Amino acid sequence: MKQSIELDSKISNFIESCLQKPNHKSYLIAVLHKIQQHYGYLSLEHMNMVAHRLQVPTSMVSGVATFYHYFRLKPRGKYAISICLGTACFVKGADKVLEAFETELGIKMGETTPDGLFSLENSRCLGVCALAPVITINERIFSKVTAQNVPGLINKVKMEIPMTE
Amino acid sequence: MVHLKIDGNTVTVPEGTTILHAAEQIGIHIPRLCYHPDLSVEGACRICIVEVENNSNFLPSCATKVHENMQVQTNSPEIRRARRDLIELILDNHPRECQTCERDGNCELQNLAYTLGVRERLFEGRRKKYKIEKSSPSVIRDTEKCILCRRCVRVCSEIQGVYNLSQLYRGFDTVVAPAYNAPMEESVCIACGQCINVCPVAAFIENNSTEQVWQALADPKKHVIVQIAPSIRAAIGEGFNQLPGTSMTGQTVTALRRLGFDAVFDTNFGADLTIVEEANELVNRLESGEKLPLLTSCSSGWIKFLEHFYPELIPFASTCKSPMSMLSTLLKTYYAELVKIDPKDIHVVAVMPCVAKKFEIQRPELASPHGYPYTDSVLTTRELVWMIKAYGIDFVHLPEQEFDAPLGFSTGAADIFGTTGGVMEAALRTAAEKLTGQPIKEINFTQVRQVKGLKEASVKIGDTSLNVAVANGLTNAKTILEKVKNKEKEFHLIELMACPGGCIGGGGQPYPPEGYYVLDPEIIKLRAQALYKIDEAKSVRLSHENKFIKKLYQDYLKYPGSEVAHKLLHTSYSPREPKGIK
Repeated sequence: MKQSIELDSKISNFIESCLQKPNHKSYLIAVLHKIQQHYGYLSLEHMNMVAHRLQVPTSMVSGVATFYHYFRLKPRGKYAISICLGTACFVKGADKVLEAFETELGIKMGETTPDGLFSLENSRCLGVCALAPVITINERIFSKVTAQNVPGLINKVKMEIPMTE
Repeated sequence: MVHLKIDGNTVTVPEGTTILHAAEQIGIHIPRLCYHPDLSVEGACRICIVEVENNSNFLPSCATKVHENMQVQTNSPEIRRARRDLIELILDNHPRECQTCERDGNCELQNLAYTLGVRERLFEGRRKKYKIEKSSPSVIRDTEKCILCRRCVRVCSEIQGVYNLSQLYRGFDTVVAPAYNAPMEESVCIACGQCINVCPVAAFIENNSTEQVWQALADPKKHVIVQIAPSIRAAIGEGFNQLPGTSMTGQTVTALRRLGFDAVFDTNFGADLTIVEEANELVNRLESGEKLPLLTSCSSGWIKFLEHFYPELIPFASTCKSPMSMLSTLLKTYYAELVKIDPKDIHVVAVMPCVAKKFEIQRPELASPHGYPYTDSVLTTRELVWMIKAYGIDFVHLPEQEFDAPLGFSTGAADIFGTTGGVMEAALRTAAEKLTGQPIKEINFTQVRQVKGLKEASVKIGDTSLNVAVANGLTNAKTILEKVKNKEKEFHLIELMACPGGCIGGGGQPYPPEGYYVLDPEIIKLRAQALYKIDEAKSVRLSHENKFIKKLYQDYLKYPGSEVAHKLLHTSYSPREPKGIK
């Protein structure tokens, strides 16, 4: 695997500061957070680079990155659709909503459409159970969503919500 | 010392002892699965649970230390039931294909299921489905069979320092795989096969070559030659219920002839030749003072490790091919000319204690200039045991026969190649005579004989004192290589073997017989003793005094390190991707 990409200088400096500390390998998760924050996801090249800079075996880096749901291993779509699968939303049919999104977009949970427009994620309770099932699309909340109004919602989103960069 | 009661018996053990070990002192073997004496404690399987007074839960005995007045119960209807349930839960997510599985009959899970009394299957739940991953010529990964005991993860990191395997994903989706779930062939796997050795089931298994060998043997147009590595003779008996350390050279030769091989040669001959070439290399480097220390190059796993992890030290490695590859090269050149057979009609089979050798034979730099490989198939000791059984040969009662001449004759120095320290000793014997020009007085270099992982010694040869080191298991190799890199100490010769104990502890050796565990130092010791005994019993114990080696140089190779010797017996190495993290 070639390390042809450059790391953002802020992240690079952060890694440098971690290397000065005792037990610098324990900063792996912190470094991965920074990378995801900046690039939106953890690419294989970035993980590889972190492994070599921190001298943590790549198998461990990928072990950590795949263990935590928070880390995304694929680029996020312009519209990040996050479906709450918390208890209240679930009993109100969030699983059917998820299924509808998966059918409509042709992708599975955690994936992004090939055009890079939509990605499907899940979240746990957002604290508005009275509005269940709840989904968020780029931070905007949609309540009492049903499987039936998923296709309409997708069209509406394209017109009404600004894309993320 | 701590006093406790186990099943009503008073036991006194040192502080820090685990319940599992304390119980062994009174002859109770608590059932276990993920536990391995030489690896860190994982506590993943929970099979070794026991009842401890004042604890509401059962505790894993492998991970629980004893304390004063502890009251332990290792058996009760509840504990037995809980253990049985645990095994059942593992079985419920495990393929039900024991009869067609490579480990049928020597599977730890199968054995435990029987011992713990699983007689019916009560649950039918979701079962993981994965394709078998066959990218590597050495190691096959069958994730569906994996029970997540993590022994392979631990052996790969703690003993080998390779850290190729790790747990990826979580919960039901957890798999053990190389980084990024990459195929083994695209990983830093050094192909040592220790994951195969420690796997209690068949989640890791060698890439089997027996069918290829049967086919070659059945082909009347093929001249099929076999060579066996030094360490095979000391271990093969275990595959036929013989005690570890029983040497069975003669029986193995007879069995190979019965299987139909046209010629039975000895990798030992290659080992003697390696020593002559390597000692010459050492003497040259000592004289010029360049590229020291000389790093030995017999172990394929170690060489792949060098290329991934220490490419900067490649110039120090001996350019000698491994004994197997030296002999194979001669078989398709020197020998082919002797017997007047077209090398294309020769099929060379090498029986090795090793799965990395399966990788080695595919190296493009080791192929003949005409494109064909010098070694066609590599069988592990386990595969040969299976072939002998499949044929129906009564191995143990076979008459003993001799190897074929001339490439089956070897000295005692070659036999000890199979154990850690052996290559060092053989090289020192020959180098000593070369350096001093005198016959050596003491042939046994006992200061380099060892079962432990790392040894440094200073050896006096004539007026010079050589600093040598012997390392087996690549975590130990790392320790010594870091010393070399940091110039902490001046070394002249370092022997490196990927596997614990050297080839006798290789990734292709028989699974341990009852009463021993895999990688048991006791087995390694017995196998090593067998090789030293063979060495001592031989009349010629110096590689350069092998009469057929002398003849080979006279007739064909001219002299050690000659142009033709270089062309046929030496090789080169190159940095390998992905780069390993030390």
